[in-house]
Amino acid sequence: MKDFAYSLPVPKDIKTIGTVTAPGAIFSCRNVQVFYGEKQAIRDVNIDIAPKEVLAMIGPSGCGKSTFLRCFNRMNDTIVGARVLGQIELEGKDIQDKHQDVVQLRARVGMVFQKPNPFPKSIYENVAYGPRIHGLAADRGELDEIVNSSLRRAGLWDEVKDRLNQPGTSLSGGQQQRLCIARTIAVNPEVILMDEPCSALDPIATAKIEDLIDELRESYAICIVTHSMQQAARVSQRTAYFHLGDLIEVGETTKIFTNPRAKLTEDYITGRFG
Amino acid sequence: MTPAVLFAAIIALVLVAFQVGKARSLTVAGGPRGIRTLHSLPGHYGLLTAMWCAIPSLLVFGIWLAFQDAILIRMVLVHLPAEVQHLPKAQLGLMINDLRNLVAGNIAPESVAVSTRLAAVEYLHLQSIARLALSALAMVAGIIGLLVVRARIRPDLRARNAFESLIEWVLFGCSGIAVLTTLGIVLSIVFEAVRFFTFVPLTDFLFGLNWSPQMAIRADQVGSSGSFGAVPLFTGTLLISAIAMLVAAPIGLFSAIFIAEYANRRVRSVVKPLLEVLAGVPTVVYGFFAALTIGPLLRVWGEAFGFNVSGESALSAGLVMGVMIIPFVSSLADDMITAVPQSLRDGAYALGATRSETIKQVVLRAALPGIVGGLLLATSRAIGETMIVVMAAGLASNLTANPFEAVTTVTVQIVTLLVGDQEFDSPKTLAAFALGLVLFVITLVLNVIALYVVRKYREQYE
Repeated sequence: MKDFAYSLPVPKDIKTIGTVTAPGAIFSCRNVQVFYGEKQAIRDVNIDIAPKEVLAMIGPSGCGKSTFLRCFNRMNDTIVGARVLGQIELEGKDIQDKHQDVVQLRARVGMVFQKPNPFPKSIYENVAYGPRIHGLAADRGELDEIVNSSLRRAGLWDEVKDRLNQPGTSLSGGQQQRLCIARTIAVNPEVILMDEPCSALDPIATAKIEDLIDELRESYAICIVTHSMQQAARVSQRTAYFHLGDLIEVGETTKIFTNPRAKLTEDYITGRFG
Repeated sequence: MTPAVLFAAIIALVLVAFQVGKARSLTVAGGPRGIRTLHSLPGHYGLLTAMWCAIPSLLVFGIWLAFQDAILIRMVLVHLPAEVQHLPKAQLGLMINDLRNLVAGNIAPESVAVSTRLAAVEYLHLQSIARLALSALAMVAGIIGLLVVRARIRPDLRARNAFESLIEWVLFGCSGIAVLTTLGIVLSIVFEAVRFFTFVPLTDFLFGLNWSPQMAIRADQVGSSGSFGAVPLFTGTLLISAIAMLVAAPIGLFSAIFIAEYANRRVRSVVKPLLEVLAGVPTVVYGFFAALTIGPLLRVWGEAFGFNVSGESALSAGLVMGVMIIPFVSSLADDMITAVPQSLRDGAYALGATRSETIKQVVLRAALPGIVGGLLLATSRAIGETMIVVMAAGLASNLTANPFEAVTTVTVQIVTLLVGDQEFDSPKTLAAFALGLVLFVITLVLNVIALYVVRKYREQYE
């Protein structure tokens, strides 16, 4: 993979502190703006996402980090009155383009939500759902194989292998969230978006998910929105700090947390607000 | 005082009691600045006093009025001449009716016997005494209640708790009334139905294939002896309900899906109320629509295709009934679909599911128990529906599964059995209650299943 293969040129008047580009970027966003009706939720955000890295997006509530995350798989399409402007390129192709099939996009960019949302189906069917609708398995044997490996990689196999036919809702909250991750990776995406995936979980379940994120980084680019700065510090390699719709600072996680350059970032991570 | 005036007086007394209780609590507290030394707010002391003033006086009022008339009649009868007292029961009843009408001023005094006129005078005399006594008793009971509570008002009296537990009993009483009414209805049906089954064996009724309830009322009349096999009615009901559900289930469900998932807010705000207008159309209007428009139309179309469709057919009644039920199905299904959390839809969309895949495999799946419950409720409504079938289905008790023929239903037969002059010791009349009982049991079972299913669904997402 070539360095800066798909990274778009960065505008000159960029206000964000730190390096927004990343080597071999899979996603490249330039001048992204999001409006909800008249209200602007995101202003001129430029950032790249590299493969095999975890990018953490942090910031106080209402800063637009979840809104921005939902741009990557066009989930904002489902919100009435939401408009997304600017360039968001996935491997050199603008996903906002009207020829972009949103179904294919979402198969390449998976998403895990704040609250575990297993479908009202069995554990097996929850994981098999994505492969089925995308026709990824030729027969039952292949489907079994996909379900099996997805559950294994989500670290859930040993807990559910004897009850694959029970409803997904019968699992505990942490197990449900790992089921949702298994469901996402069953489609074999390139990028996984996570919107505060641990905010509804207890510390033990959170630790399991964080371990899982670390393993998944081997194969996927991961973009995680989190309210917990410890979590961002633990799981991510790069951190982006959002404030009121602006991307204030981007940098290596260790540097952001030990030596922030922007005043706002420093105030936030030292707990002066947020 | 007439009861109406007395009632107004009791209300006034209760209002006074409220002020007395409130004022007393303030006095006990030593003025408005002492309110914080009271356990409850002054208003609660007022409410408690008012309640304990209202309860005894209204109890006296209610119980007295319930028994006053019967006691007065008894007292008047005692003073009547012996030959009147020893009249047969039926004639005595007629006399008492005359007496009541005379007292109420419904008939002219000249039209009744002298003894009755005298009795009426005495009745009025006794009534005025009774009213006076009642007024005194009710007011005294209220005042005693007021004084007792007033004497007990101290800063540590837990007026709020006491008042609230009283309210709890009032609420309990209200729910009790609903339950008791249902029980009363059931018992009245069951008693008459049991009388019916002394004439006609239960098995003949439930499994007999011939329904022809006409029978001779007087010995000199020519008439059949009656045949009470209800199976043709059950099949007729079943046939019409099935046709109705075949219409209502898909149309209702699909319109619910459109309204809940595809329509934008503007379309939704127009279509949903319009659909619910259907539920507001009186069933009698549907009835003549079925009888005068759909029935003849079907016959003409049927002839064009070589079918023999009778003017009153199961099909026309079923089709129109189905249209009537559409809003029940659609509005319940719409509620259930809207109740499916957005997070589930997001989960499916995020996996790359299209809108229709999301609806078919996730949303409907999640809403299914609720939708099934709604369909069962709609079915029980179809089975119990009367007006449309009376007007459009006909009276012929044919045992048939052919929707082009006229059939009759349980509800239609109940109506025809009870309309007009009836005697209540004939199986013909009593059969209506047996049919009512069957209908009641069927709809009850359907409703219980539906409520159980719906509740199970609710638990899942709340």
